[in-house]
Amino acid sequence: MAEDLDLSLLTVSSARIAVQERQTTAVALVEKFYKKIESEDRKPGQTNAYLALTRDRALAQAQKLDKIADAGEPLPPLGGVPIAVKDVIVTSGVRTTAGSKILGDYVPPYDATAVSRLEQAGAIILGKLNCDEFAMGSSNENSAWGPVRNPRDPSRVPGGSSGGSAASVAAGTAVASLGSDTGGSIRQPAAFCGVVGLMPTYGRISRYGLIAFGSSLDHIGPLTKSVKDSAILLRHMAGHDSMDTTSSAAQVPDYEQEIGKLVRGLRIGVPKEYFPAEMDSAVGAGVHGGIDLLAKAGCEVKSISLPHTKYAIPAYYIIATAEASSNLARYDGVRYGYRSRNGKTLSEMYRFSRDEAFGTEVKRRIMLGTYALSAGYYDAYYLKAQKVRALIARDFLEAFKGVDAIITPTTPTPAFKIGEKSDDPLAMYLADIFTVTASLAGIPGISVPCGESADGLPIAMQILGRHFEEGTVLRLGHAFERARATPQA
Amino acid sequence: MKITQKDVEYVAALANLQLSPAERERMEKDLNSILDYIDMLSEVDTSNVEPMAQVQSVSGNGSFSDPLRADELRPSLPRELALKDAPQSDGSFFRVPKVIER
Repeated sequence: MAEDLDLSLLTVSSARIAVQERQTTAVALVEKFYKKIESEDRKPGQTNAYLALTRDRALAQAQKLDKIADAGEPLPPLGGVPIAVKDVIVTSGVRTTAGSKILGDYVPPYDATAVSRLEQAGAIILGKLNCDEFAMGSSNENSAWGPVRNPRDPSRVPGGSSGGSAASVAAGTAVASLGSDTGGSIRQPAAFCGVVGLMPTYGRISRYGLIAFGSSLDHIGPLTKSVKDSAILLRHMAGHDSMDTTSSAAQVPDYEQEIGKLVRGLRIGVPKEYFPAEMDSAVGAGVHGGIDLLAKAGCEVKSISLPHTKYAIPAYYIIATAEASSNLARYDGVRYGYRSRNGKTLSEMYRFSRDEAFGTEVKRRIMLGTYALSAGYYDAYYLKAQKVRALIARDFLEAFKGVDAIITPTTPTPAFKIGEKSDDPLAMYLADIFTVTASLAGIPGISVPCGESADGLPIAMQILGRHFEEGTVLRLGHAFERARATPQA
Repeated sequence: MKITQKDVEYVAALANLQLSPAERERMEKDLNSILDYIDMLSEVDTSNVEPMAQVQSVSGNGSFSDPLRADELRPSLPRELALKDAPQSDGSFFRVPKVIER
């Protein structure tokens, strides 16, 4: 019965089987998750991953699935799988704030494509997850609704900006979650919380309904307990969507089948720029250990160079903020969102509304982006950054002529303390140093836990692949997880 | 220092941000420190490099579909739903403070 299920061990496939085989009803499973959320997440000082619970919607879906299972019919592929959604992804009739006061009362009239596809495949949406305001941050400290705590150590950040997405999966208050990644916002929190986080190729999953930050860089992706779960969820979200013209028409493979293939003979590149001399020793040891396990499984390991790596952070923070300054111009207090009572003229209303409701980091990025796009600076900053972006992408395309995948650390250090970097924007930006490169190039990347620091904090490696070759990335991640679970002789 | 208080005021006006005097001071300091770091981009030789505005230019041909659809009428968001989240509306339109002075 439901009482015997350990929620923290449930995976996408085992949750479906439990409901299908009537070890639990979907309704009882949902109630059990809400009980866990209420007792472990919502009280002051607790994880604070959830911003809203979608109880009615979850129970309606669960009842539908129970009827199917009661009749002995097969459940849809994600039937009964409880999932939670980052609050930058819109949900019809459910408050969606993007972690911002400016959208504090916003109730969208439509669902994001990724959400509706998961729900159509039988997933149950439990609620909305905390994040940095407009996905701008690397620690989840920029949320208007308070920071999220890392379930592995409550004095530390969960990473960001998908901090609630990573923390909910790590704490077992969701079986899996959706996040968004613009410069590392899925992979970095996944690494800090010890879960698996996938950023697919740009365009693989529709961005329709993803509240825009940097449109040429924004991705939706899953955070899960295993690479296999990631493969299953990707398959059900990927594919062309007429509502997003940048979504790809490329064929969507059966990723669950892809991960079963052998990794023997795959060539792995290890870029020297991602292993600096001053690197955290536990991170270096964890990632090298991971690469060694894949070598033992028959992969060929090669040293490579991605020479423009160190220019990725400066290029990224120009391009992302320039796009953000344009995207966030829509928050003007007219059609939706917060409106100041203090503006007497239209122009004052715009300025006061934005001033009163945007947080410090969002204002900083709007200012930086506006400056980079302003007359006299466009060529020196924005155009220059786009050219450097082309060189970073070219580095990867060249490297992928000789290797099938690239392995790096996901982050330079394990999770840092809450408050440690919150007064130093540049130090915070450098937390993304190993993840922004793939975002700029638009290639897929997955973060997979590969070790622990002396303090027991998770360490993760990042596996990058060619455009639209998520199959290879997932296959290597899965092979590594299996090798790691097998005792070494 | 690249950015002065005057620049901060000018950019804030472009971005429709008010910013308190304390925020402006902090902004000047932060933007200068970030731009100092970003300046390393000038080391990179980008002559003969085309700017990359979109991933599609490097992710392979044929993967992205033709963005044009047939020019046919399709239902759009009903008016009451479009107005539902407005801070102020009269049921037909969004309402804003008066723009034209008599």
